[in-house]
Amino acid sequence: MNIDKDLVAAMATPLVLAILAEGQSYGYAIHKRVRELSGGELEWSDGMLYPLLHRLNRLDYVRADWGTSPEGRRRRYYEITDAGRAELAQQRRQWATATRTLGGLWGASASAPAFASTLGT
Amino acid sequence: MKTQLDTDIALWRSAVTRDSAVDSADADELEGHLREQIAELVDVGLSDGEAFQIAVQRLGRVDQLTAEFAREHGERLWKQLTLSTTRDSVDRRRPLLEMIVFAALAAVLIQVARVLAGMTGTADMQFMGDPIAPWFVRNLGLFVLPVLAGYFAWRRRLSLRTVLIGAAVVVGVAVLVNVYPFPPNSQTDLLVAIHLPVLLWFVVGAAYLGGETTSLRRMEFVRFTGEWAIYWVLLALGGGVLMGLTALLLEPIAPGAIEDVMRWVLPSGGAAAVIVAAWLVEAKKGVIENLAPVLTAIFTPLFAAMLIVAAVVYVGAGVGRDFDRDLLIVFDVLLLVVLGLVLYALSARDATKPAGALDVIRLIAVGAALLLDVLVVGSMLARIAEFGFTPNRVAALGLNLILVVNLAITAWLLGRTLARRASGGALERWQTGYLPVFGAWAGIVVLLMPVLFAFS
Repeated sequence: MNIDKDLVAAMATPLVLAILAEGQSYGYAIHKRVRELSGGELEWSDGMLYPLLHRLNRLDYVRADWGTSPEGRRRRYYEITDAGRAELAQQRRQWATATRTLGGLWGASASAPAFASTLGT
Repeated sequence: MKTQLDTDIALWRSAVTRDSAVDSADADELEGHLREQIAELVDVGLSDGEAFQIAVQRLGRVDQLTAEFAREHGERLWKQLTLSTTRDSVDRRRPLLEMIVFAALAAVLIQVARVLAGMTGTADMQFMGDPIAPWFVRNLGLFVLPVLAGYFAWRRRLSLRTVLIGAAVVVGVAVLVNVYPFPPNSQTDLLVAIHLPVLLWFVVGAAYLGGETTSLRRMEFVRFTGEWAIYWVLLALGGGVLMGLTALLLEPIAPGAIEDVMRWVLPSGGAAAVIVAAWLVEAKKGVIENLAPVLTAIFTPLFAAMLIVAAVVYVGAGVGRDFDRDLLIVFDVLLLVVLGLVLYALSARDATKPAGALDVIRLIAVGAALLLDVLVVGSMLARIAEFGFTPNRVAALGLNLILVVNLAITAWLLGRTLARRASGGALERWQTGYLPVFGAWAGIVVLLMPVLFAFS
């Protein structure tokens, strides 16, 4: 199943923030986590993750710091800020409302709770 | 040893960085991603070449990727824009032609106004040795800046509705300031003359941005303003050399003729240069972009040193009551220049970069400026308490209060950036968010102050 482009775009911010809420991470690891969580169903071109991370940095939702990978390459690590957590909490409420509203129409399907937990934790 | 894979990656990297939307730090980040992806694919049994192909494909098409980076990094998008305009060589001449038409319009408009104002002039006010009607000075901004706004409205192909709204605002302001019954040598008249161009500059900004006023876009207009000022000064310097040589050439054959030439060339040249400078900023973005960080890096420390000396001297000696009006104007200009320097530096700065030594100097400059401004505001309040309100004092007090607030928050945010508690983005958002305050204040001085003070 391919998820609609606009929906992916809307999900991207809370998804990345929620992953960073688990702990500091970097581009490729975030990307892998997304693939893992969505079971490979959420497709975006990998490169788009970086402009998104830079936007979140500009908005102060995340902090970026250069570090070194185990192989000795320069690597930019991202860490969620308090403002980022607040934004995530708000997005989470919005998504909960959205899924509850649609769930009310469609009945509790098997995929709905899984979807919500992806965003939440 | 350089493998085929390294060569492939280097080629891909140069393709990504070509359009300058992706800088080398971003390219490092993307390359790291690419290499990890390749390593993972090689682990499951693919060859280097296959893994590279797949990993590159997953990252996305280079043009889409760079477009996405350009959208996020407005300061780099800046360069991007020039590339797209220089590429279609078909109508390369068109922007030039449009610029000439609008520059000529501004030149003619100001000349017509000067001749008309000269006919009704009295000895009260003079312009280059000729008596001139006071309305000429008051309306100076109105002869030029609406043409500049019109130029951008034309270049940006703004909708008729947007243009009409802008025109209505300009016409409304123009009618009001001209029906106000100012007596000769009125203080409020002069204040209108000073503040009207500021108000009109915001109309130019609206046209420049095409009504799109997000923080990033506003910063673009700040950058435009700084660069426009540099180009205008450069043009004025060139014009000065030209006029000086003309004067030397004319002197032996027609003594005194130079005044007549100046009378015609100076106003029109200055007005046309406003449009030409705007065109230059758009056409030559890449050139000045390299200049802006250098200029701010040179002048920020110099201004910081000067401000510290001034702050120490004035705190030591005390400004007292004999803080006269001329000195007050000098202070206001100085504070505005410092703020301009900070804003301009901010517009050229990459918000994702961590704070550096220059930010420390900037903080010192802003701190000293804040100290001076607090002194100014204190002395002004004392004056007002003693002698009461006059239009000049209210205008000066208002501007200084606006500056105090701005400088205080700027210093606080700079401090936080240095302490790595906030990114440069917070400061940028604060400054761009504050810009309308200046416009609103200029509007109050132009439209309300004359009425409040009965045009005195």
